[in-house]
Amino acid sequence: MSSKMKCKFILGAVAYAPKVITIWEGFKTYFSEQNFDFDYVLFSNYETQNESLMKGNIHSAWNSPLAWVRAERMGRALGTPVSYGPMRDSDQDLTSVLVVKKNSSFTKIQDLIGKNIGFGAYDSPQARLIPLHHMRKEKVTSYRPRCFDILGGKHGDHTGGERDAALALMINEVDACWMIDSNYQTFSSDGALTPGETRILAKTERYDHCIFTMAPNVSTNPELKAKAQQFTDILLAMQWSDPKVRHLLELEGLKEWRPGRTTGFAQLAKAVDEEKFYDEKGHIIEANYKY
Amino acid sequence: MKPITNIEINIENLGFDSGAHLLVKHGLGQISAFDKIEITGQSPEWAAQAAAWCRQHGHDFHTLENNRAVITKCSDKKQRWDRSSATSSEVLKSPSLTLGLAARGAQVEIGGPEFQFKLNKKSEVWSTNSAELYQQAITAQWNANTAIDWSQPQQHSNLLENAVVQLMTYMIENENAALIVPARFLGQLHPHFRETQALLAIQIADEARHIDVFNRRIELYGKSPALSTAGGQASLKTLLDEQDFGVAEFLLSVLGEGTFVDLLQFIHRFAPDIATKQFCLLAAKDESRHVSFGMSHLLEKLKTNPEFKFQLKRSVLARYESLISTSGLNEEVFDALIILASGKMNPEAVASGFKEVQLLLQEMKDGRRVRLERLGFTNSEAIEISSLHTRNFM
Repeated sequence: MSSKMKCKFILGAVAYAPKVITIWEGFKTYFSEQNFDFDYVLFSNYETQNESLMKGNIHSAWNSPLAWVRAERMGRALGTPVSYGPMRDSDQDLTSVLVVKKNSSFTKIQDLIGKNIGFGAYDSPQARLIPLHHMRKEKVTSYRPRCFDILGGKHGDHTGGERDAALALMINEVDACWMIDSNYQTFSSDGALTPGETRILAKTERYDHCIFTMAPNVSTNPELKAKAQQFTDILLAMQWSDPKVRHLLELEGLKEWRPGRTTGFAQLAKAVDEEKFYDEKGHIIEANYKY
Repeated sequence: MKPITNIEINIENLGFDSGAHLLVKHGLGQISAFDKIEITGQSPEWAAQAAAWCRQHGHDFHTLENNRAVITKCSDKKQRWDRSSATSSEVLKSPSLTLGLAARGAQVEIGGPEFQFKLNKKSEVWSTNSAELYQQAITAQWNANTAIDWSQPQQHSNLLENAVVQLMTYMIENENAALIVPARFLGQLHPHFRETQALLAIQIADEARHIDVFNRRIELYGKSPALSTAGGQASLKTLLDEQDFGVAEFLLSVLGEGTFVDLLQFIHRFAPDIATKQFCLLAAKDESRHVSFGMSHLLEKLKTNPEFKFQLKRSVLARYESLISTSGLNEEVFDALIILASGKMNPEAVASGFKEVQLLLQEMKDGRRVRLERLGFTNSEAIEISSLHTRNFM
């Protein structure tokens, strides 16, 4: 291992919004105060970030659930599996909800057969891939999809596609639209959805969201392994009641870091196969995916 | 089925897109950390919405049978108000800068920004009677449109009118200083000292009103502003340059505005028109309040820090030395005062007017001496400091 690696633990993160710089600069300062030598690299998309992770250019990637699914496949295919670190409390047990106008006649998801359904970004796990899996399971396969695809490669983190779909619902351009459960309240509060004029028609099974993904060499290199453990320990020790870190946790949208788990990615993995998004080795096979 | 909690909330048909979270929040407010409330509702997929809300707020959420769910309140450590500094409403000697703009006594969340309020010590800014003076100021506010009779036609000579206009011109620049000095300190004052804040704010409003009426008086009979001198402005600039709040209060309010009260009363006495008589009297009352605050503040400050007296004395000396090469009082202003008191341009009247102005100067000097003695200066110190005060009055 190079001497550079001895001194710094390097994290990759996707710049889905300007606040990402504020977040990781804040964490960098915090890690430095904990005597942990940390740096970060920003990527414009999760695909390049994962490829960099596999090469060991970064030691960890702050990955979307879809990026985890790909990294896990890539690592397995290379015979050097990736491992994982913590996740946010707010990453666990999410659902996506299918929203319709309150006065619409739909009473069950099957009523949407043949109708216009709005999805978020093409690569959004929460507003496209997991909902597609859910609809397939509910035998809703014949409909007119409308994908509000913006900022490809960011896996819908920006929520812009979900918002556009919600706006389209309000002007009857679509009959229903998918969004992450917490965005239903967010969009109702900020006016994208008119409060009281919509209702939830269906929801997906629960799933998990972002997770720190460790490079394949982290589990094989004792020094890197120790670094990754230290990184994890510092995160798990962060307390929301600590004034030095509360603003960072608020920006990143969590109350506490929790030990990671991969049990919440099964639905998405199925969706990825069903939609032929990545193959079993983690190659991108979806021709329409632009990033 | 036996309820598993004491508190049950039925959000009925209210969704979390329409405010259902308030009912839940209210319920959680009545229980301790790790206690539970039971919730039920009828709106479509209310549980998915409730789960998302709970996840965002750190509470555990579990669905039960029969369209019910249980929320377990999160640890105090995840509450926004845990470890918050619950300050009492009493005035602190040295309030933390992170109390920021919060109401005094408010619970202030940790992790907020640190404000740069330079005036953050009670001893630097406080006066026990601030609140009382503020109440007096509120009651004594006057409206220049209704309190002043602007309708009287000019019945006096142009000579007298020119004298009044020169005095108004001079007073406007003085009042500009009297507005800007507290305004600058107001921006540096920790809002925790809200009584001082309110008093400075209303003092600024007083000065703005004075500037307005002096300007209106200049224009009343068709005149334009008269002469502003370099010496006068140099004297006033020393007030704006003063960085210490206590010293500035001393120079501006105790010495300057105190002297100005005498000047306003003099103009009230000899003014040739009703409007000038009226507003000079009202402005003098306002200025007296400003003097009262300066005196009270300094008396309290000197009680805890008697050495501050020497700083005050040095400040007058330094100001005197910096202004020694300037002309002092605008000669035109001095002459305008004599003309005003004379009423006419003949030797007998001018002699009388001149004598009145000499008496005014003596009154101003005596007034300063009395206030200085009240602050604890000896008689000889007070006479010395009073005589070194700027010849520009303010």
